[in-house]
Amino acid sequence: MQIYLPIADIPVNVFLVLAMGLAVGFISGMFGIGGGFLMTPLLIFIGVQPAVAVASVTTHVAASSFSGAIAYWRRNAIDVTLALTLLAGGIVGSAGGVALFTWLRTQDQLDLVIGLSYVTLLSVVGVLLVGESARAIIRSRQGKPVELRRPGSHIWFHGLPLKLRFKRSKVYVSAIPVLAIGLIIGFIGAIMGIGGGFLLVPMLIYLMRVPTATVIGTSLVLTFLTMVSATVLHAATNHLVDAVLALILMVGGVIGAQFGAHAGQRIRGEWLRLLLGLLVFAVGLRFAFQLVLQPEDLYSIRLIGGGP
Amino acid sequence: MSYAHAAAVALVVLLANAGPVAAERLIASLTNHHVMITSNYTGVELVLFGSVERDAAAVGGHGAYDIVATITGPREPLRTRRKQRMLGIWVNTAARTFVDPPSYLAVLASRPLDAITSAENQRRMQLGIADTPLPELINNDIGEVSNDPFRAALVRLMRERGLYSEQPNAVTFLTPTLFRAAISLPAQVPIGNYNVDVKLFADGNLIAHTNSAFEIVKVGFEQFVVNAAREHGLLYGLATAMMALFTGWIASVAFRRD
Repeated sequence: MQIYLPIADIPVNVFLVLAMGLAVGFISGMFGIGGGFLMTPLLIFIGVQPAVAVASVTTHVAASSFSGAIAYWRRNAIDVTLALTLLAGGIVGSAGGVALFTWLRTQDQLDLVIGLSYVTLLSVVGVLLVGESARAIIRSRQGKPVELRRPGSHIWFHGLPLKLRFKRSKVYVSAIPVLAIGLIIGFIGAIMGIGGGFLLVPMLIYLMRVPTATVIGTSLVLTFLTMVSATVLHAATNHLVDAVLALILMVGGVIGAQFGAHAGQRIRGEWLRLLLGLLVFAVGLRFAFQLVLQPEDLYSIRLIGGGP
Repeated sequence: MSYAHAAAVALVVLLANAGPVAAERLIASLTNHHVMITSNYTGVELVLFGSVERDAAAVGGHGAYDIVATITGPREPLRTRRKQRMLGIWVNTAARTFVDPPSYLAVLASRPLDAITSAENQRRMQLGIADTPLPELINNDIGEVSNDPFRAALVRLMRERGLYSEQPNAVTFLTPTLFRAAISLPAQVPIGNYNVDVKLFADGNLIAHTNSAFEIVKVGFEQFVVNAAREHGLLYGLATAMMALFTGWIASVAFRRD
């Protein structure tokens, strides 16, 4: 069944988009991530312009992270103070990201920057995840206890001024690095159409020593808040959010996420991280090939003006 | 102005347009003047039909007729960009801005253009894609660039998308004076006003021409969404965000496991 997308200005097969939503939702539920980094390239692949894809996926990620956040809220596994501090940085970052997005579009370089950011970010995070989880798997094979870095150890930036007590997470650190992390995630998210959960979770665990118990719930709250603000900003400045596309994606996404979460619970943590790392790395590689290989057509056209 | 008066004026205009050899009149119309884009829109086909009316008083008249119909869509500024390898990756390095090229251009004819009329006539009447002016913006100046690879790329890309086309056998004569042509509009045609210009040729000369038009509009829900997104971006964004939160909430309630 074909349906015409009013903002993307192309007809798409509803069941195809729904299936993409389900598949990405399954993966996002399994690994506890938003899945934007998979959804945006898939949409570009079926013919949605990169700008519309990025803007509409922010809406999709807002929905899936909100449903996840509610589940963690019921379990009381969210650090509200931490989420709000991250958000303060995140909103500034999103606004900067949307502004840069708009400017890059006028310079004909948006697609390049989206491509480059995907390559850099995904390959780095992919390699880190694969390395870390492989070490953990080898350690457990050798019969040694699974050992993470000792929590409680201090890094220099924890001692900066403006110290805040994050009660649920039981950490007492400077607000400056927290704001900075929020800013980076908001900025990257707005440009790449990703929630940034796969970046935020390791940053909070390794840099801020936030316990695993509160980290995923808190990350989901931040993701949904930044994605909601990015949706509104994208809609108000670039008029590129396709509500019909976003709705089909989010319906598939939230359903897929439920099944994914079930599947994820049956796999051990380090294996899950290894799989996620390989997936992230593969997507990064795919973007790298696209940048390096000679494109089929050196020319491309773009309409100027308010319309997409 | 009375009805009869208006009709008389229209007739005079029509005859005046018909040129020096006013022995033929050209009448053309479309099956549909309003194409509505709804949620199940995947492109549409319109039929242009018409007839050549010979003046009974005229002696002899012409032999075989030829028709060239040019359909021009709404004009919008457009950029053509070219990629080049820089530091190992492919980057858009050069671009040209085209000043209001047609977003849709179809040239339908009864025979190849070269067989219908001379190259000189084609250029003068701007017949066919090659002779359609596509002015570019050059240092705040507007001009036509001949042999421009960017222009060629624009035409090629638009052809690939089905937005530009030149079909030498699209117009068929059902009788020596009655003709029809199918105008196919792909799914991604832009909305707006389309102009249909029909020219009648005989023995290589233009002997009559007429105009028609149609409009492609988004209706109902599609129109509502586009208007909301363009005119009330902030409200639209807030509504979309609310929709996302609502969907998320519904999902968490529906799949609640405690």
